[in-house]
Amino acid sequence: MTAYIFRRIIIGIFVLLLVTMIVFLLVRLLPGDPLVIFLGQSYTGQQQRITQAEYEALKHQWGLDRPIFVQYFDWLSHVLRGDLGESITVRTPISTLIAERMPRTMYIGFITLMFSSVFGILAGIVCALRRGSWLDNSVTTAANIGMVIPVFWLALLLMYVFSYKLHWLPTSGWISPFDDFWGHVKCMIMPFVAVGVGSVAGLARIVRSCMLEAIAADYVRTAWAKGLTEKIIVIRHQLKNAMIPVVTMLGGSLAMIMGGSVFIETIFAIPGIGLLTMRALFDQDYQVVQATVLMFGLVIIISNLIVDLVWAWMDPRIRFT
Amino acid sequence: MADDSKNTIGPAKNESTVFEIPRYSEWRRITRVLFSRKLYAIGFGIVVFIILVAIFAPFITPYDPLKPDLHHRLELPSSEHWLGTDTLGRDILCRIAYGARTSLIVSISAVLLGNFIGIIMGIAAAYYGGLVFTLIMRFTDALMAFPSILLFILIAGIASTSGIAGGGGLPVLIFALGFGGIAGMCRMMCGLALSVKQNDYVLAARAIGMGGWRIMRSQIFPNAFPPLMVMFTMGIGGMVMAEAGLSFLGIGVVPPTPSWGSMIMDGMSYLLTNPVLSLAPGVAIMLLMFGFNMFGDGLRDAVDPRLRGVF
Repeated sequence: MTAYIFRRIIIGIFVLLLVTMIVFLLVRLLPGDPLVIFLGQSYTGQQQRITQAEYEALKHQWGLDRPIFVQYFDWLSHVLRGDLGESITVRTPISTLIAERMPRTMYIGFITLMFSSVFGILAGIVCALRRGSWLDNSVTTAANIGMVIPVFWLALLLMYVFSYKLHWLPTSGWISPFDDFWGHVKCMIMPFVAVGVGSVAGLARIVRSCMLEAIAADYVRTAWAKGLTEKIIVIRHQLKNAMIPVVTMLGGSLAMIMGGSVFIETIFAIPGIGLLTMRALFDQDYQVVQATVLMFGLVIIISNLIVDLVWAWMDPRIRFT
Repeated sequence: MADDSKNTIGPAKNESTVFEIPRYSEWRRITRVLFSRKLYAIGFGIVVFIILVAIFAPFITPYDPLKPDLHHRLELPSSEHWLGTDTLGRDILCRIAYGARTSLIVSISAVLLGNFIGIIMGIAAAYYGGLVFTLIMRFTDALMAFPSILLFILIAGIASTSGIAGGGGLPVLIFALGFGGIAGMCRMMCGLALSVKQNDYVLAARAIGMGGWRIMRSQIFPNAFPPLMVMFTMGIGGMVMAEAGLSFLGIGVVPPTPSWGSMIMDGMSYLLTNPVLSLAPGVAIMLLMFGFNMFGDGLRDAVDPRLRGVF
């Protein structure tokens, strides 16, 4: 197991390095000269023109005249020391911006993941145990529909019904749970539901089919033959085996939820990483885009690593190959 | 005793002792399974219906999807305009019909592009193994470490202004979605190719001196094809959603081209007075995705060898 963990972590670091390279290259390919954008941001309104020599000097000062590899390693070494650069639009260190907003996005992501896995897995198990019943049929149909509801559409629908028509919930905004917990809950209900429905539906479908596969397995028949009770068979034999593919799904679910946060934060005006990314992209503040995309990648790689370790812990076949 | 079993099961020497197994063509079997469950048939029906609407949009809608009609702005649903009109007085239903065109063109081309590159990378990784495998798979790992929508956003952002793929409009979107979809397909193809590679016919092909490229094309790819067909169908559903999402965020389809996602965004400011503006295009997205998902489920049941004989 130790060797397996070690190997997984090495692979994780390797992938993370690749991620930094992809992010760096993609952002370098984004349109616009960062210097021109910087100058445009700082000198708008002033009738000041910059000479070619001054431009070159600035370029040299920022290191933009060096080969791209050198720039990459320079950036990487800064990132490793926690220095992500400075936002050219708001003139604050990016690490401050991220430290302020990251917890909100992570909070939405993990709470949604927690709730959606509980509901999704429960729904899937119930469906599999009562296969063919009206309950199974209605939950499966609901899951099939839930999978195709666009996050942004559901968000608008909820907003229309619960804010505009019923006046139960505030339309948008962010209230810190430490300031006003009840207000915070009211604010967050719609975002959680909108972003979670898709993954609940997806998980329910997967769990159902995995459980059905496990029902037909030999070890379940053996367990029945041994005279074990239904409860033990379902929980210890069926469920444990059916969960193996489900655990790998959870990583993907988190990625989906984090992606959904871009929409949710835009619609509900929640100041998180998703909203920051969109704003920065439209403002051509690419340093920020680079940093936020890297953060998304980091979260997902780490959670995939955890998923892999849990997977190996559950299934000895993985860690011994 | 051994002779007995040989006579009944083995190759036919005597016509009367052989079991008659009814033979179906593969095509007939697939269509039979596909229409055996109501949901699959409904899914297929929805897909066909929307494709027809997209093709014949100019003949079934009396309005122009692009021409503003400022005398009839933001009208509520009426017998003239079944779903009302938008901020520029354009008929919503008509724009939804034309939006089906945009959606189908973008999603199908993007899946084709992504699958083409993904399949080549996946087969190559599985066939050559070793360093090629490690490099390609770790690369896809890295691509998959981003939420796909973020990758689409970045690539669409780059492509739309840097002049790659025409510099704007649908080609950019197809390019972004297609490239973003490579990793998933590559993974899938690699897994399939790894299992197909174990077969004796691949060994036989190598023994008679076939080259690597030819083995991949003529032996591995056709034998991995049925599950790929399922991936392809499901992939289109995913791309419909991705296109709508990008257009919703304002970096997808460029106005005035009708797109379901951008119609939802345009209607957002009028949610209180005229919710149909935003909600109706969403129903179209869901219908089309639902259709492709159910159709894909049916195909999967039809081509999954484990389920053969059950139906």
